[in-house]
Parts: sequence; C-alpha cells; structure tokens
Amino acid sequence: MSEIELASLAAGKTALILDQKDNVAVALTDLVTGDTCLVAEDSGKKYEVVLVEDIPFGHKFALTNLEQDEAVLKYGEEIGRMKRALKKGGWIHSHNMYCDRGMK
Amino acid sequence: MGDTFWGFRRENGAVGVRNLIAIIPSVFCSAKVAQRIAQNIPGAVHFSHPVGCSQVGDDLEITAKTLIGIGRNPNFSGVVVVGLGCERFTPYELAQGIAPTGKLLETVIIQDEGDSIKAIETGTRYARKMQQQASLQRREEAAVSELMIGLNCGGSDTTSGLVANPALGIASDKIVAQGGSSILTELTELIGTEHILARRAVNEEVAQDILRVIRAMEERLKRQTQHSSNEKRKHLISTGNYDGGLSSVVEKSLGGMKKSGNAPFVEVFSYGDAPLKKGLLLLDGPGHDGEVTTGQAAAGAQIVCFPTGRGTPSGFPGVPVIKITGNPRTYQRMHENIDINAGTVITGEKSLQQMGEEIYQEILAVASGKLSKAEVLGHDEQFCITRMP
Repeated sequence: MSEIELASLAAGKTALILDQKDNVAVALTDLVTGDTCLVAEDSGKKYEVVLVEDIPFGHKFALTNLEQDEAVLKYGEEIGRMKRALKKGGWIHSHNMYCDRGMK
Repeated sequence: MGDTFWGFRRENGAVGVRNLIAIIPSVFCSAKVAQRIAQNIPGAVHFSHPVGCSQVGDDLEITAKTLIGIGRNPNFSGVVVVGLGCERFTPYELAQGIAPTGKLLETVIIQDEGDSIKAIETGTRYARKMQQQASLQRREEAAVSELMIGLNCGGSDTTSGLVANPALGIASDKIVAQGGSSILTELTELIGTEHILARRAVNEEVAQDILRVIRAMEERLKRQTQHSSNEKRKHLISTGNYDGGLSSVVEKSLGGMKKSGNAPFVEVFSYGDAPLKKGLLLLDGPGHDGEVTTGQAAAGAQIVCFPTGRGTPSGFPGVPVIKITGNPRTYQRMHENIDINAGTVITGEKSLQQMGEEIYQEILAVASGKLSKAEVLGHDEQFCITRMP
C-alpha cells in the first residue's frame, strides 16, 4: 500500500465504485477540493483520485474526464448524461447531469 | 424443515405474526367510531381512512378489495367492521369478504345502533370478547415458507441504494429460497429499470407484465405532472433525494430495485389483490410509503422491511415495519426509531453479506414476537389506500 493510500485510509477519505463499468464513485465521507480519495472497486482493486471540487458524503465524482453528452454509469447502468464536459475528480449532480426519464 | 419462526396459525392455515383485533370502518363516516373502539381495547388497532363512498369504478373497487385484504391479513385474529349504513361500499360486503378466513368477525352499523356513542359501546363489547378469545391462542412453530414480507423504502438517500437495499435483497433472497414470499412495489421508483427487472422474470409472460405495468405507471405520471404549476413538483424525485446525492430517477430506481435481491419474479399482481404464487412478487402500485405498505398488508404480508436513508419513524397498524438505515449518521440520530444499522457496512465494520444475514435474523425474531421500534412507539401512520385517477 502506498503512502498516499495509507494517508487516505487513515483520514477516512474513501469512496465506493458499485460496478466495474462505472465511471463515477460515491463518496463515503465528506470530501473537499484537493483531497486525495482512495477509491475501492468491488474486486478489491484500489486507486487514488484527486478531487477538483467539494464532494459531500453520498455524492458522486468522475473517475475519468467526461465529455458533453457522455453517459454517466453507476451500478453498471446509465443514470444520465453530462450537460457539459467535466474533469476527473469533479462533482456530478443535477446541475451538470441530465436524465429525461421522470422529469417531464 | 429449514428455518422457522413462531406464529399464530389461523383457521384457513395462514400464519400471523401478531394476534390483534382489527377495527375496520367501511367508510370515512365511521372512522372515528372505529378509532374509539380500538382505543378502548389494548390489542385492537383501527384502520381509519378517508374513502368508501362517493367513489366509482376502479377507484371504489380498489378501496373495497384493500379493506377486505386488510381484514383477511393473518396478523388479525378477529375483525370488527364498522359501517355507517348508507355508504356505497357496504359493511356487509366488507364482512363477507373477510368471512371465508374463518376468523372472529362482527359488524356494527351506526345508523342501526342509533348513534355513534351506542355504536362505540357495541363495537367495544365485540372487541372485548374477541380479544379475550384471542388471548387463548399460543404461538406455534412455522416454516419460513409461511412468511410474506413487503419491501418498501422511504426517505431514500444514496446509502439506501448503496447498502441498505442490497443487504435487504440478500435477506429477501433467503426467504424466497425457502419457499416464502417477498413483494416489491413502488413502480414510480422502478422507472428506468424495467428492462433489468424483466430480465429477471421467470417466464416471458411475467416479463411482459413487468414492462407493461411500469410503462403504464410512467405514462400515468407524465399525464399527472404535465400541468403542475411548480417546476419541482414535475419531478419524480424529491428535494431530499437530491440533497442526499441522487441525481436522477433512474439512479434512484437502480438503488430501489436492489432490495428485491436476485431472485426471479414469479408474478405481477394488482393492488388490493392477494398473489396466487409464492416467491418474489411485483405488486402494481405507486411509491407512496403508506400506499405501498397498505397494498402489501392487504396482499397478506405479515411484516414490512423498510430501508430509510434519511430516516422516518412511521409504522403500520398491526403489521410490524422493520426500519433499516444504511446511513451511520441517521442511525446515530434516529436509533430510537430505526431497528437496524446497516451503516456499519459504510464504516467498514460489516460486509454486505453479514448485514443481509442480520436483517434476515431480525425478520425471524420480529415474526416470532419481538416488537419493532415503530410498534413500541405506536407509529401507525402508513395505512393509506391508493386512489385511481
């Protein structure tokens, strides 16, 4: 385990990926800009993502750079698409993600 | 025999997990009399509602079937039907629907009694006698195949879909694997996942039923929300859901369907009806907490399991509601209302599998007589019959 991994774990800065296909992770604690978050896949694989925005507990952030109209994947399924491009480590919510289902 | 619980076996073979008297008004006009009768007899619960008259067609039919279903629920050893005397859904119809169960049954009509005070007196005497008779019955060992649980979540946040629902899904699968039943409802909150649910149908007919009922619910909602004056009221996802981190109804739906585990769906059935098959079932109904629990109790569910991320204290008369939160902060604040802390998965203390087993064991304990926190505190606000537009 790397120094950063150990430091992230000790500070409880962790997030969960629900499916290997996902391009978002869910914060398991409040995270702030500049935090290095340890992201755990179900398979046990772990890696770090540096956050470029504050991510409240339970909210999602991007695991890769996302393009406008790119599908946002959670549970291995599409939950919406991006209104605009977003950098890796950015916050994804209703302000920058659209989903027509259930809105009209 | 696999796992067992201790329940009350009824005349018709069904097994109740409680031994209570239900006081059921056939119409809103007799609601207060029903409530007063229940207040006189510890061990009696009332089902006051605002309908039963001035309704037509499917709307009245659903009210009628639901009230009959509640009366038939095996958690009640006896039922006192309370009518006014001139309502569209007559108290006689209600009593006739319950009678085949063979349970203790009496009917009080306010207009026949003379006034509400006399009706309360007559109803109280009936309930007193029933309660004493019921007290003679003892719990017997019954197989898990006799259990039917309802699945219902409310006040969802991101931990519901992340932890509480998947853990409940594990418990649900254990009950279904032993021949018991589990009911998923909340069609409004399954929108966007119908193709995934249909893949889990036991056959093509059930798959088509799943697609049909969820699409019909989405169409109904689109019609209803078209002319809403408030932009936020057009959404199928609440402000609290957004605050918790859920960004779309599809994201919420995927988390919602997780509480039905991985078992195959064997039947889709209508609101007010009881299912014909045992196993994982889909009840065609909307997402309102009370309407869901009411439909599940009317279908015969003896227990409802209720994940709640943000936390709600609500319960149901005579049917234990087991509260599960996946949010460790919510449990810390609301542990007086919430039975199970699945937030231990978030904090890394337990695995999802261990949590699923804990929920399953709690279901068996509650089925054998352990009171849920909502029961101890007298929460009964979830009785609410769905309406057809």
